[in-house]
Amino acid sequence: MSDRRSALGPAFRDEPALVPYVVAGDPNQEATKEYVNALARGGADVIELGLPFSEPIADGPTIQNAIQRALSGGMTPERYLDLVAELDVDVPIVCMTYYNLIYQYGDSEGVEAFVAAAGDAGISGLIVPDLPVEESDPLREACDEHGLDLVFIVAPTTTDEREAKILAQASGFVYVQARMGTTGAQANVSSATHDSLGRLAETDLPKAVGFGVSEGDHAKEIVAGGADGVVVGSALVDIIASGENVAERLESKATELKSGALSGEEEVPQPE
Amino acid sequence: MSANGSDTENDAKFGEYGGQYVPEVLMPAIEELQSAYERYVLENEDDFMDEFRRHLRDFGGRPTPLQYADALSERYDRDIYLKREDLVHGGAHKLNNALGQVLLAKYMGKDRIVAETGAGQHGTATAMAATYLGIDCEVYMGRTDINRQRPNVFRMRTHDADVNPVDVGSGTLKEAINETMRDWATNVEDTHYVIGSVVGPHPFPRMVRDFQAVISEEAREQIQEQAGRLPDSVVACAGGGSNTMGAFHEFVGDEDVSLFAVEAGGSGLTIDEDEGLAPHSASLSTGENGVLHGARTKLLQSEDGQILESHSVSAGLDYSGVGPELAHLAETGRVTPVSVGDDAALEAFHRLSKLEGIIPALESSHAIAYLEAAEELGDLVVVNVSGRGDKDLDTVIEESEKRGIDAAPSMEVFE
Repeated sequence: MSDRRSALGPAFRDEPALVPYVVAGDPNQEATKEYVNALARGGADVIELGLPFSEPIADGPTIQNAIQRALSGGMTPERYLDLVAELDVDVPIVCMTYYNLIYQYGDSEGVEAFVAAAGDAGISGLIVPDLPVEESDPLREACDEHGLDLVFIVAPTTTDEREAKILAQASGFVYVQARMGTTGAQANVSSATHDSLGRLAETDLPKAVGFGVSEGDHAKEIVAGGADGVVVGSALVDIIASGENVAERLESKATELKSGALSGEEEVPQPE
Repeated sequence: MSANGSDTENDAKFGEYGGQYVPEVLMPAIEELQSAYERYVLENEDDFMDEFRRHLRDFGGRPTPLQYADALSERYDRDIYLKREDLVHGGAHKLNNALGQVLLAKYMGKDRIVAETGAGQHGTATAMAATYLGIDCEVYMGRTDINRQRPNVFRMRTHDADVNPVDVGSGTLKEAINETMRDWATNVEDTHYVIGSVVGPHPFPRMVRDFQAVISEEAREQIQEQAGRLPDSVVACAGGGSNTMGAFHEFVGDEDVSLFAVEAGGSGLTIDEDEGLAPHSASLSTGENGVLHGARTKLLQSEDGQILESHSVSAGLDYSGVGPELAHLAETGRVTPVSVGDDAALEAFHRLSKLEGIIPALESSHAIAYLEAAEELGDLVVVNVSGRGDKDLDTVIEESEKRGIDAAPSMEVFE
């Protein structure tokens, strides 16, 4: 584990973690609060709350549409932070968003104002998918100063050299991108996932696998393959988009995913 | 390629602009491209640049003329030269970059090309270059642009390129770029993304500029030969900025040459934050610093940082961002950003057609329109005619009538 103070690390400590993702404000702010509670009841260990940006290049159509709904509903960075501050859950919240929103926040250019406000609102960490490690120094410094984790994504294409650079900057957990492309629910776990987990086996940061995870069985396979957690987004956003019994179905999906992850753990060979 | 001694190094940034803001999955490809750019373009490894120049000449039809424009010179009482990029094969400067990048993709061993297109000129040029050099090509294009640029859609498909419509948002260039980035992120191992302008993550802004710099290399030599001196000013339209940087690059070091980047002023330089709309595309003149499509640059955005939909009667200028090098040159005062509205551009379209026998692209019509501000341009002016206007005829017929543009020919007798 890195020596940075981490709010997220403990969420992965005792058992495999479930990290669900929903877009804040999809379809409105009150609904998001209700959904976050449902996910927490279903066993979420960390909740990723998307702050919608108009150009989500790392996301597939499911989440892109959710972002559109949230923006049409009037979601803004200010309202997002208010929403987080009003949440009443016992689960750390990670903000996933794109760099321009962080950079533009507040009256002065730069990233510090957002990180400070995010910390005040109770956010434990940030994931910024269009911010590679090369450009991340200012955000890394601001996060260190305000005690937030900065989570980085490791992709199937990531070279050993880049992986080392990323691990030197990352805190909280490493987000292992399960396959090429963008976010979106898939029927199977990609073989790229197992390769990535193999390469990261020696890493002491927790490893959470996302992009395409949608079923309890996926969670089981991923945890059995050596992951410390799973990130699930599009499968949950699909439930929200359907508009039917959303909170109830989110809770039961979370329960399914969490129990999949737990049963995966039993298959991990334990050291003597 | 010579760069005037201003920057031959492979920096990711122009001042504070530029950089590499892309998802991690793309970073190894960007690094691979960076290395290929250094080796083949900057160091001419395996005679890459020689082959590129041969294709520009034999397939592309370069050099293009620098034409003394008699009627315009008389009208504005100064010497006006037109750099005729409309005469490049395909009808626009876009082929310079497309040939360069498609060739580079082949040198890199990629077997598939993806590209985005707004007006369709870049898509057409890429499809052409891909056919010529024998590589598969897939193009993303916003639905709105498909509807207003049908001839170019047909041309791309004629060259066997797959054209994928993009329905999200306003269905223009911004959305097409997002979608192409997604394709690239999925297929990055065997696919090269031919970005159509001096935008995107490093090394694209530098590389595209280097491929387009042939415009100002030729123009600089030609004007000295034909007029006996350097021009007082160079005028080029600016959307993303590839013809702009191409026309300016070799003059950047000539401090006495004024450089005017003419943006699309649309129907006015205001914005409607509630609607998320800018009725113009003047990001260089009015935009704020931010990060979009891989680079820090000037953007049309809300106070919160959401990207606004832009507007121009010219699909090729309809983009919410601009190349980072132009942002830097404007910030440091080397380039003067100005803007011209839809109506003025339409008038200039008809004016050039009537006075000089050249039908300019609506993009180029913005540069031509700025000649109306002749006083500040000096006595010797080079204007880049970035492309020809055939692709825009449907739009021009419709918009000229709707807006009551005086110079437009009447089509009534045929109806």
